[in-house]
Order: sequence, then C-alpha cells, then structure tokens
Amino acid sequence: MRALVALLLLVVSAAPGWAAGPLTYNLKPVAIAPDTWVFEGTREHFTRINGGNILNPGFIVTDAGVIVIQTGPSRRFGEEMRAAIATVTDKPIRKVFISNLHPDYWLGNRAFADVPIAALPGTIEGIKTEGPGMTENMYRLVGDWMRGTEPLVPTETVYGSTVVFGAHRLRLIPLEGHTAADLAILDETTGVLFAGGVVFSDRTPTTPHADIGKWLAALDALDALEVTVLVPNHGRIGSDKAAIAQTRDWLSWLDRTLRERAEAGADMAELLDAPIPERFAGMGVLREEYRRSVSHLWPGIEKAVLPRVN
Amino acid sequence: MNRHLAAAALLAALSSPVYAGPPDPADPLASVMWDVLRPELFGTAPVQFDDRVTVTAPDNAENAAAVPVMADATALGAVEEMVLFADLNPFPVILRFQPLAAKPVIATRFKVQQATPLRAAARTPDGVWHIGGKLLDAAGGGCTAPPATYAAADWADHVGEVQGRAWAPTGEDKATRVRFLVRHPMDTGLVAGIPAYFIEALTLRDADGRALARLQTAEPLSENPGFTLEVQPAAGARSLTLDGRDNQGGEVKAAIPLPWVQGALP
Repeated sequence: MRALVALLLLVVSAAPGWAAGPLTYNLKPVAIAPDTWVFEGTREHFTRINGGNILNPGFIVTDAGVIVIQTGPSRRFGEEMRAAIATVTDKPIRKVFISNLHPDYWLGNRAFADVPIAALPGTIEGIKTEGPGMTENMYRLVGDWMRGTEPLVPTETVYGSTVVFGAHRLRLIPLEGHTAADLAILDETTGVLFAGGVVFSDRTPTTPHADIGKWLAALDALDALEVTVLVPNHGRIGSDKAAIAQTRDWLSWLDRTLRERAEAGADMAELLDAPIPERFAGMGVLREEYRRSVSHLWPGIEKAVLPRVN
Repeated sequence: MNRHLAAAALLAALSSPVYAGPPDPADPLASVMWDVLRPELFGTAPVQFDDRVTVTAPDNAENAAAVPVMADATALGAVEEMVLFADLNPFPVILRFQPLAAKPVIATRFKVQQATPLRAAARTPDGVWHIGGKLLDAAGGGCTAPPATYAAADWADHVGEVQGRAWAPTGEDKATRVRFLVRHPMDTGLVAGIPAYFIEALTLRDADGRALARLQTAEPLSENPGFTLEVQPAAGARSLTLDGRDNQGGEVKAAIPLPWVQGALP
C-alpha cells in the first residue's frame, strides 16, 4: 500500500505544469520599430510547459490609442499582454485585429472584451463554427494555462482597406491559403509587416486549413510589398523577406513530395517517417508538423492519382 | 500520458484476469482492456507480443476520423489471418484480413474515439497469435461524429464507387501493390439518428475469381475507406476484381486493371 501511495505521489508530481507554482508567461515587449512592439513566442508546438505561447502578437502605440494584433492562446495570455502594454504606454487600447481562426491568435480576446475586436468575415465565420472545439482541444493540450478561457467571437468585420490611427496608416491585406481568411497588416508609416499566418520563420508551417496553391499566391503578394521589418506569426522576426522564401520552399517541397509518393503507390502511413531534406532541419517542430500536414493534405492528393474503376 | 499509463497499469494489476488458460506474457502497452479483449479475440489460442509485427501510425491522431495505420507481419513468414484493433474504441476490431495470396501487410485509415493502444495480431500456421502495437494519443470523438458524406444531397448516388490502381511488381516477392478507395459513409451507429451502415466484407480476386485477399471490415474504418494491399496474382492476369457488401445489402464491385501485363504468356 505504501508503495502504491508513493507511486501515485510520484505520478502526480511528475505531471508537468501541476506543481510548478503560479503560471506566468512572463511576457516582455520587444521594440522592433518606432511605436511598435512584439511579444516573441517559442518556435514549438502547444505544450503544458509553454502554455501555448508560440505566437508573435504585437502592438502599435498611436496618438489615437493602442492597436493590438492577435491576443494569444488563453485568457491569461491576453491579460498579461494587456498588463505588459501598460508598462510601455498609458494610452488606452483602441482596437484589436485578429489574423485568422487558429486558437493561438484569438483565445486571449476575453482580456480585450471592452474594445472592438476586428477580423475578416471568413475568420469570424470560422471562429463561430470551430471555436468551441478548438478551445476544448487547447485545454487538453496545455491544461491549466487555459483556466477561465472561453471563446469570444470578434465583434467587427473588416475588409481590404487602409485605416489611419494617429500618424500610422495601416493597410489591411486580405489573403487566403493558410486558412480560408488570412489578414496581413502593413504599417505604411514604419514599413512593419505583420504577415499573419501565411509566413513562418524557422518554424514549420501548419496546414490544418491550408490550400497550398492559394497560399503560394499569397506569399507572392507579400513578396511584392516594401517592408522594413517582417513579423511572421510564428518564428524569427527579420529585416528581410527570407521567411517568405523559406515558407514557399517548404510548401512547394511538401506538395511535390506528397504528389510524387502518391503517384508511386505509397500509402499515407508510409509517408509519416519519410525523409525531410537537410535544409529544413533548422525549422521548429519539423517532424511533428510534417506528420500533421500529411494528415491534412494526403486524402485530397491520393484521390487525384486513383482513377475510377467501376 | 504518463499518468494515464500508470493508472492503467495499476488497474490492470489490481483486477483479476478473465482469461483462464496458461499465463500470458504481460501486456507491454498495459491496457485496461487487454483481459477483456484477449478471450474475445483470441479465445484460448496462445498469444505472444512480438516486435516482428509492426504497426505504423502517428503518435497523435491529427484527424480522429481518419488515422492512418499500416500493419506489417511479413517478418513472421506465413500468416493465415491478421486482426487490427484499438483497445479503447467502442468497437475495438477495425478489420480482419486473410492474406490468401498476398503479403501479410495492410494499410488503411480508421476512426478513433479516445487515446488508445493500437494493435495488429497475426496468426501463424501453428495457431499462435503474434501481437505488435503502439499507443495512439487522440483528442478523440471520431466514432461519434456524423460523417461529412451527408452534406452532399446526392451522396446515395455515389455509395459503392471505387477508385483504385495497381502498381507493377517490384522486389523478389513479385508482389503487386494495390490501392483502392470505396465511397461509403461507414456509419458506426453511435451517432444519434443514424443507424449503423458500413461495409462488412471485401474480397480482392485474381482474374479467374480466386480470392487473393479477404477483408472483414468493421465500424471503425474511416468514411470512404482506403486500403493498401500487396497481392500475388497469377502471371498474365490482366486485371483484379474487387467485390464486397455492406450491412444493408449494398454491393461493391470493381475491376482494377494491371496495365503492364500484355496478356500473352512468355
């Protein structure tokens, strides 16, 4: 019996994120351009250690108030963001923009319930239908970090346009491919591009709602912009467009490889451990995201190589 | 995961085994269902846990409605029957497979209801079941979610449609790889208001009607299920036939060409 109790104690104390004391993301705003800050996330998948902190949300301080871009994976994250913003400026929050429906972009919305939260129509639709399920799954993946988090659907619809806050002209660029609706925001005043979900940097792209063809077209559209600082929503922030090239390289390789293997008769299960070229080795969560992508993309690709036989 | 495993191990250790034959080796996956499934699936036949039976599947089910899995028992030599099962699914058995003139290897996709051990058992001619497997983590719900099929108004017109293809033999065993998809909702009967409706049997035959591979398929197979097999048709066969039926009497019939065969024997 004593051995049993000891075993149970061991099991309980070994569970990550339980006995670690109060959870905190310890968010530190990093200045990347005039009036512009980013909270840099890890280049990992959601875990009980990182609490879902894998995104690069940011904010722009304007004379008309603070513009927040993404609210993070949990209510706690949103609250910590708001507290950290208050250490930089005493201006009120004016508006929040959400770039797509994935849970790490908007589950912090509850902390910004008193201000307009804006997103593309497709993003709002997606959050309405898939939000509750995604929220539940986040509780499963990161656990107690999610306490008190409930979906809050964005309250304002935006379209492609240019909006002005104080001295900052923000170009809202509607794209698609990573999801059915991806919002990129170019601050024309500083040249900072908040690329949204379509650009990843040293972090393997995620494809649960992807259309690769449209995604590649979206990358071309961003490549044509004048940019001084590129903020990918996951991964390293850079002063060049290397992240766009890397994302394009990965998506092209992935799509081509799956098609070639399907044509050669491979089964989906055989793709799980297929070799990945060395040049992608530096990207975070490589094998795991690759396997997820096989799950997302293979069924469609497979259908295209199997002819009707009755 | 660690906690679940430990809890399962504790439960397994505290409960008395149902199976009354000679003592079995300990279940390496420490499944709480093993003592129930063991007599149900294998009766009193001897079992052994055997790394020569490999199960390839992701560690985590990205889509609980279609988890890819490949079971391979070729390292055992001759195999008479294989069973693919997920211990904690509401219907544990995914399929049974007789590789009559086929390699003991099969791949498909299935629905998963919760994190579970996933296993393949292969019976050798001496009557011993060799069992391999792995743990599969999952958010779950795959068996109780309605299929996407019914979103299309004309779904019934397409049930039983087959897409398939065979690839020229490679390697010493001269096995022909065959892949096919069958349009079918594969309802488990666990979704309120949707009765069980699934393919029960599929047989892949040589040109002369001889069965090469027989499948007994079950509820957990994914909607519009897909299969990969490696069969050994007679030399000169120009096509294979696939036939089968679902539990409501619907038939599946298709012919899969072997386009590299010229038809004339050397």
